[in-house]
Amino acid sequence: MQHHIEQLKEIATQVRRDVLRMVYGAQSGHPGGPLGCAELFVALYFKVLHHRAGDFSMDGVGEDLFFLSNGHLSAGWYSVLARSGYFDLGELSTFRAINSRLQGHPATKEGLPGIRVASGSLGQGLSVACGAALAKKLNDDKHLVYCLMGDGELQEGQNWEAAMFAAGRQVDNLIGIVDYNGQQIDGPVKEVMPLGDLKAKWSAFGWDVLEMNGNIMEEVLEVLSKAREACGKKKPVMILMKTDMGHGVDFMMGTHEWHGKAPKEEEFAKAISQLPETLGDY
Amino acid sequence: MKEYTYTEKKDTRSGFGLGLLDVARQNPNVVGLCADLTGSLNMTAFSKEFPARFFQVGIAEANMMGIAAGLTIGGKIPFTGTFANFSTGRVYDQIRQSIAYSNKNVKICASHAGITLGEDGATHQMTEDIGMMRMLPNMQVVVPCDHNQCRLATRAIAAIEGPVYLRFGRPKVPNFTSLDDPFEVGKAIMMQEGSDLTILATGHMVWEALQAGKQLHEKGISAEILNVHTIKPLDEKAVLQSVDKTGCVVTAEEHQAHGGLADTIAQLLARHAPAPMEVVAINDSFGESGKPAELMKKYGLEASNVLEAGLRVMKRKGINRR
Repeated sequence: MQHHIEQLKEIATQVRRDVLRMVYGAQSGHPGGPLGCAELFVALYFKVLHHRAGDFSMDGVGEDLFFLSNGHLSAGWYSVLARSGYFDLGELSTFRAINSRLQGHPATKEGLPGIRVASGSLGQGLSVACGAALAKKLNDDKHLVYCLMGDGELQEGQNWEAAMFAAGRQVDNLIGIVDYNGQQIDGPVKEVMPLGDLKAKWSAFGWDVLEMNGNIMEEVLEVLSKAREACGKKKPVMILMKTDMGHGVDFMMGTHEWHGKAPKEEEFAKAISQLPETLGDY
Repeated sequence: MKEYTYTEKKDTRSGFGLGLLDVARQNPNVVGLCADLTGSLNMTAFSKEFPARFFQVGIAEANMMGIAAGLTIGGKIPFTGTFANFSTGRVYDQIRQSIAYSNKNVKICASHAGITLGEDGATHQMTEDIGMMRMLPNMQVVVPCDHNQCRLATRAIAAIEGPVYLRFGRPKVPNFTSLDDPFEVGKAIMMQEGSDLTILATGHMVWEALQAGKQLHEKGISAEILNVHTIKPLDEKAVLQSVDKTGCVVTAEEHQAHGGLADTIAQLLARHAPAPMEVVAINDSFGESGKPAELMKKYGLEASNVLEAGLRVMKRKGINRR
């Protein structure tokens, strides 16, 4: 399925609508992060990943793998999984409800296609992605492993264990992506716990570091392509992806307020009016 | 009385090392991970024979657990190796989310469990691990009693789909079982049939229980002794059958009384067949430095303690033949 940039942008707008409708419908969840990462999710699932949406296998042998370490972005991930064919679109309406496969944070227990490990307790995804990348090497499988994590999440020490390992063991079929939106639950990251010079840190750990604006589709595609080319050169690859948390909804942008809060009726109406229905709602 | 003898003392951890080689030679998907304790875990031979399948992760156990979970996604069967405290408490959330909740086929192999780790002291003496691990849904918990059984257990868990915690130790202890003995995860082993009381023992305490059984026999008391090498899933049928026959029970483990074999058995009996029960275990205390034998004595984990518990439980049952 080859999509033009304009089509990808339309999908991203619809994904944002899905996110808002899911979180509003459940009256719980995390809208800010997935709104900010909509371009990335769409670029990966509709253009970049070599994957088998309709034929999900846990092993993922012979396809690229994606891990969402910051599992609270689940609404955005579920939207692209459904819209790229992993499961029925209508199932998005069950987000966070009882007996749903769409758990608040991603899980494997209910058997939702597309999910290969539970995430939500932060800091674990990059380690899991390292393991999956090692398995690909053992299996002589040339496909790549992607892992998205939050910037606040990098406060968890396990990430830096994984950073050391991936560089030290030359896990060069691994692409990490940091959602560098500068916001976390308690406030701006630089106030809660400053990350310092992230580019210098990942470089010093031995990673090949790329940067991009995650809310410009053209740039996302270009840098993801560069990242793919950078693989196989004895270094893991990290993309620092600047985004606006809450991107696409004016009053949700530039603040941590919408990290983990559902909009009320009036707020929802105001927000959804900024995002046209491009593909048809679920 | 069945007579159990041994020709040499061996550590359970070296049984693990040999078992790992056994399964690695059979199954190319078996991989090993270690956090800077390769020699202590007896994983050196594996790492030399299968260098591409061995991952030294350094002193980073949380990362090791995550990597292990990830390796299963490509169809691998990872065996992680480190001490019991770094295998459980240090990485509980990683195990909980990435391995147990995600139901990954990881074998968490934990050496130097219990107080018989010895001189390193309480920082390293993990005595809460059985409790932590058996609380986790999907997790199976296996505690072999000696070197040979640890080798058999290592082979057996490789054939199980899903997460397993395998607990073993550092010191050289009697190696009294045979590699030809049957071993099945979840199936307790009848060591000695008896009629007056049931002794349920796990790990290093099985040998102590057998010695206590002999001493009870000399006093005219017939002890039935079961090796409960699998704490979860518990062989409920074997335990209930035995206690139904004897009417009272002693549990013996190198672990806290809280959370381990004693709690497991107490819950089973309370639900199905309440019976007088005595517990040989560590009583809500941290350990300390010392030689393994000295620690077993000080913390009440010797055959004599099992014997005394047996006499106590017999009294409670209303029979005192002393």
